[in-house]
Amino acid sequence: MQVSMYRLYKDMLTSYLRDKSETALYHAQQFSKQMMEQDMSPEETVSLHLSVFQELAEDLPEEVTDSFDLLLEVMIGYGLAYREHQSLRDRQQELESELNVAAQMQRTLLPDKQVDTEEIDFGVISVPAGKMSGDYYHYDEDSVGNFAVAVADVIGKGVPAAMSMSMIKYAMDTLTDKQTEPAGVLESLNRVVERNIDEDMFITMMYGVYYPESHQFHFASAGHEPGFFYRSAADTFESLEAKGLVLGVSPKVRYEERGFRLDPGDFVVFLSDGVTESRVDGEFIERDTVVSMIKERLHLSAQEIVNELFEELEKAQEFQLRDDFTLMILRRKF
Amino acid sequence: MNLDIQVSDYENKSVAEVSGEVDVYTAAKLKETITPLAEQEDKRLIIDLSGVDYIDSTGLGIFIGALKASEKAGTSLTLTGLNARVKRLFEITGLHEVIDIDQAKREEA
Repeated sequence: MQVSMYRLYKDMLTSYLRDKSETALYHAQQFSKQMMEQDMSPEETVSLHLSVFQELAEDLPEEVTDSFDLLLEVMIGYGLAYREHQSLRDRQQELESELNVAAQMQRTLLPDKQVDTEEIDFGVISVPAGKMSGDYYHYDEDSVGNFAVAVADVIGKGVPAAMSMSMIKYAMDTLTDKQTEPAGVLESLNRVVERNIDEDMFITMMYGVYYPESHQFHFASAGHEPGFFYRSAADTFESLEAKGLVLGVSPKVRYEERGFRLDPGDFVVFLSDGVTESRVDGEFIERDTVVSMIKERLHLSAQEIVNELFEELEKAQEFQLRDDFTLMILRRKF
Repeated sequence: MNLDIQVSDYENKSVAEVSGEVDVYTAAKLKETITPLAEQEDKRLIIDLSGVDYIDSTGLGIFIGALKASEKAGTSLTLTGLNARVKRLFEITGLHEVIDIDQAKREEA
């Protein structure tokens, strides 16, 4: 390898000294790429130049040769820094690919099956601000056709939030079919979270169930950002609020459960605070802004509504999400 | 995004006056100051938030940590001077039910 580099450099330098052509300069650029590919350090390059030069020009004045010793010394420091940079870059690539694997794993924790029931029009979008998300969502139809939905938000973002998020997923998996009443679900989850979470962390969550037989929708909230309830007949939006402490603060918490009837065309909206805390021109958007954005799209399907809202808010923030963003809509079709 | 904390010490209480934004960037600084105060066994802790415009969820976590620390030390934690936005955050999260919030000092904002 070194011999061929020597050969190459010698040809290049000879050609350049002979006719000072642009072509030789172009070759020099190619050579420097090759140097980096072969992990040749800057001081090796200087030393290569000197050996080649000594062979080409006999009787070099002593000062010239000596001056290269000084340059070599200077380049050694530069070379060290360069190698350190290289190894940091490699390490960063390693971390990045680890993080990609983790993010991929995290995505498998979220449900992805198509909702295909005659009565329900369902849509959800969840986009992390970074690679990993602190938001969690859930939807599932039980054996008798009741449809459960949930959005949870772990404080903070990035890796620590993502790790707590998986705890919610596993805790939910341990719930049986009988434990589907929203207040009861949150009480169970709170016990798990309270035992397993850091002193100054917590999780907020909203959990709801739609019972197609009675057309009732029941929900409870653990300190979560309120959602919305749209009444089709009156064409009005109401805030979806229920009393309840965030998960993980106190071991025994009771949650208020509220319920109402969903008539055809009515829908509920669950969201994370990444939606309402979108900052446009440095100002937080108001909840009313979210409502009016939905109102303009009532004719679309639930999935189209959430997709379009995300696209519009992402664009308004110049494609830089500050927080994880989750938005979900459950509509009774007829 | 600055955060300023002034602590005054009295015989049976500590008062921390906080101003600025309590968010993911400043939370660590607040925690560093507040936690030792909350752990003092013979002094209750009052945190004055009159100068605080905005608290995010990471910031809220610090107050939960302080609450737990003061409970462990057998004393109490009181928050005062919350503006409307901050107060609403404590209400949504249900934390106003577990943390003593004294609204007397600042109802209007």
